[in-house]
Amino acid sequence: MAASVETIEQVKSLGERYKYGWSTDLEMETAPKGLNEDIIRFISAKKDEPEWMLEWRLKAFRHWLTMPEPGWAKVGFPPIDYQDVYYYAAPKQTEKPKSLDEVDPKLLETYEKLGIPLKEQEMLAGVAVDAVFDSVSVATTFKKKLEEVGVIFCSISEAVQNHPELVRKYLGSVVPYADNKHACLNAAVFTDGSFVYIPEGVRCPMELSTYFRINAENTGQFERTLIIADKGSYVSYLEGCTAPQRDENQLHAAVVELVALEDAEIKYSTVQNWFPGDEEGKGGIYNFVTKRGLCEGARSKISWTQVETGSAITWKYPSCILKGDNSVGEFYSIAITNNLQQADTGTKMIHLGKNTSSRIISKGISAGRSNQTYRGLVRMGGKAENARNYTQCDSLLIGERCGAHTVPYIESKNRSAKVEHEATTSRISEDQLFYCTQRGIGEEEAVALVVNGFCREVLQQLPMEFAVEAQKLVGISLEGSVG
Amino acid sequence: MLEINNLHATVDGAEILKGIDLTIRAGEVHAIMGPNGSGKSTLSYVLAGRDGYEVTEGSVTFNGKDLLEMPTEERAGEGVFLAFQYPVEIPGVPNTTFLKEAVNAVRKYRGEPELDAMEFVKHLRAKAKELGMNPEFLKRAVNAGFSGGEKKRNEMLQMAMLEPSLCLLDETDSGLDIDALKAVSEAINAMRSPERAMLVITHYQRLLTYVVPDHVHVLSKGRIVRSGGPELAQELEEKGYGESIEAA
Repeated sequence: MAASVETIEQVKSLGERYKYGWSTDLEMETAPKGLNEDIIRFISAKKDEPEWMLEWRLKAFRHWLTMPEPGWAKVGFPPIDYQDVYYYAAPKQTEKPKSLDEVDPKLLETYEKLGIPLKEQEMLAGVAVDAVFDSVSVATTFKKKLEEVGVIFCSISEAVQNHPELVRKYLGSVVPYADNKHACLNAAVFTDGSFVYIPEGVRCPMELSTYFRINAENTGQFERTLIIADKGSYVSYLEGCTAPQRDENQLHAAVVELVALEDAEIKYSTVQNWFPGDEEGKGGIYNFVTKRGLCEGARSKISWTQVETGSAITWKYPSCILKGDNSVGEFYSIAITNNLQQADTGTKMIHLGKNTSSRIISKGISAGRSNQTYRGLVRMGGKAENARNYTQCDSLLIGERCGAHTVPYIESKNRSAKVEHEATTSRISEDQLFYCTQRGIGEEEAVALVVNGFCREVLQQLPMEFAVEAQKLVGISLEGSVG
Repeated sequence: MLEINNLHATVDGAEILKGIDLTIRAGEVHAIMGPNGSGKSTLSYVLAGRDGYEVTEGSVTFNGKDLLEMPTEERAGEGVFLAFQYPVEIPGVPNTTFLKEAVNAVRKYRGEPELDAMEFVKHLRAKAKELGMNPEFLKRAVNAGFSGGEKKRNEMLQMAMLEPSLCLLDETDSGLDIDALKAVSEAINAMRSPERAMLVITHYQRLLTYVVPDHVHVLSKGRIVRSGGPELAQELEEKGYGESIEAA
């Protein structure tokens, strides 16, 4: 874990805590601020969408106007002024780039700075990346290689154009537009996101990855991701996020829908490092995200792994609907909050089919004056014979002024179903820190070491490169939390 | 190497050390004996730099430097090692990872290049073997679920890997059966060298039959009340602490 030491020094040398806090100066094309039907028509027209898509957006918008803000999460913030947000911001470009060579070099530089050189990635076989910059997907690498096996990996705007039958069939099938206020807003104004289709029997030959970045000021990012794994297929998908450091709060209301058909498996990993606000809680992203997977077919499996270290407020519950018999849902989560961050996160496991099983491992670390809540629902439906759930929920506190809360909801309508829930709350002990420092390890590195140990079960679920990144993030996020 | 002058220290406002004077030269092994509550462990914590142990008077010089000025990790970098009486568990952190982090932190402090992973693991395996440790222990989380004897062996492994110049052994013999005691004693003896000093804190004489000290001191109520050669340990074993303490 020498990496954590290295990173901490790197960050120190940068002289600031949030190393992704810069912004790129690009000529942008934006829609006027605010939200009304004209804006939605503007977005839809910009994207040259078919009528059915526009109709769906408008239906969502009209419904959104009637919906109350969800008020049950343990987070506090002033009411959002939805009219003070830009809903469309895109790097100006006369024509769509056909290859990476045509993409604005400044944009490519930005991604390189973020540690994802798209060009290199295209050359060294590794990860296929779809990069979303503010509202628009700018580059999808590795297209050819994926096409050979029939995998479709493109921006959702392209999918609307080129694969309308798939989009029409599945869009909103897991997260209906009326699901909740944030998801409903997303349905009305989503500007881009990724689309993945894995054909029957195909094991996707590489990890697919999206990188999101909010660059423009006062811009909301509303991306929408749709992943469909056809019968017997497999895909591992990675998502990373950063945003520049700004004083205003920025809204991020994304929707991710996953559909796994018979015997298919989807592994979805997120490292979320949106700007968390400064030490006084100024600025930062409001991360209001709806992620849900449907295990449609028998023996299908959906696994969510998340490392949430950023955002001023996180409101996020990646869930699984276990409809197919013998299907499996997993949720592995690390959430770290420091300073004045607030996180209300967890999962929902809805067991509908027979012999379905789910596993929830949640590790919450609170430091500074932050507050964190694990909120998890396990529901065993009437027909979920022999369904099983195991939940383990551990909280670690650093310092005296933070909070950790665990709110499990368990509902069972089937007598043969079994639900297990274990929860612990602990503190980093002075003993552990002294033991580490006596061995020569600095105090902040010691905290990172102990916390990484605490999170190990979850870190192990991440693909290799992501795991290293996540370990570093743990160290960075907790900087200044001791002493 | 180590010079302690008139050291006074308090814990939670209560004075535990009341004027310790002690000089340890390179190559020497000193034993500190004494009844419970005499301040033995406090002395080791003060030297290692544990939070909450406040020095109110006196000085400690280590290789010419003011030890008390340094934060804990720098003392470790300078070569101070404390073998804990109760080694701490760190769940989820593999022993190997922990040791690598520690060894490289100390090497960095000393201006030496960090060891690469392969080199490190090879070195670690060899040391573990010398100590008769099952290599499986290297993969397990630091001290988590280890037996008393395993934890103490693990302390010895860390000591061997970090190659300190001053070893503080705080009741390393406590909770050991006779086989483990022998193994741990051998590990300590293997570390004895003309460049290295040791301060062995113990309750009983039995460790000192295996690790024969050059000097023995009796600590009582925060002061050293008697000093002598290895024969003093034997005498204490036979007569108990009462006489020495009363004589002071």
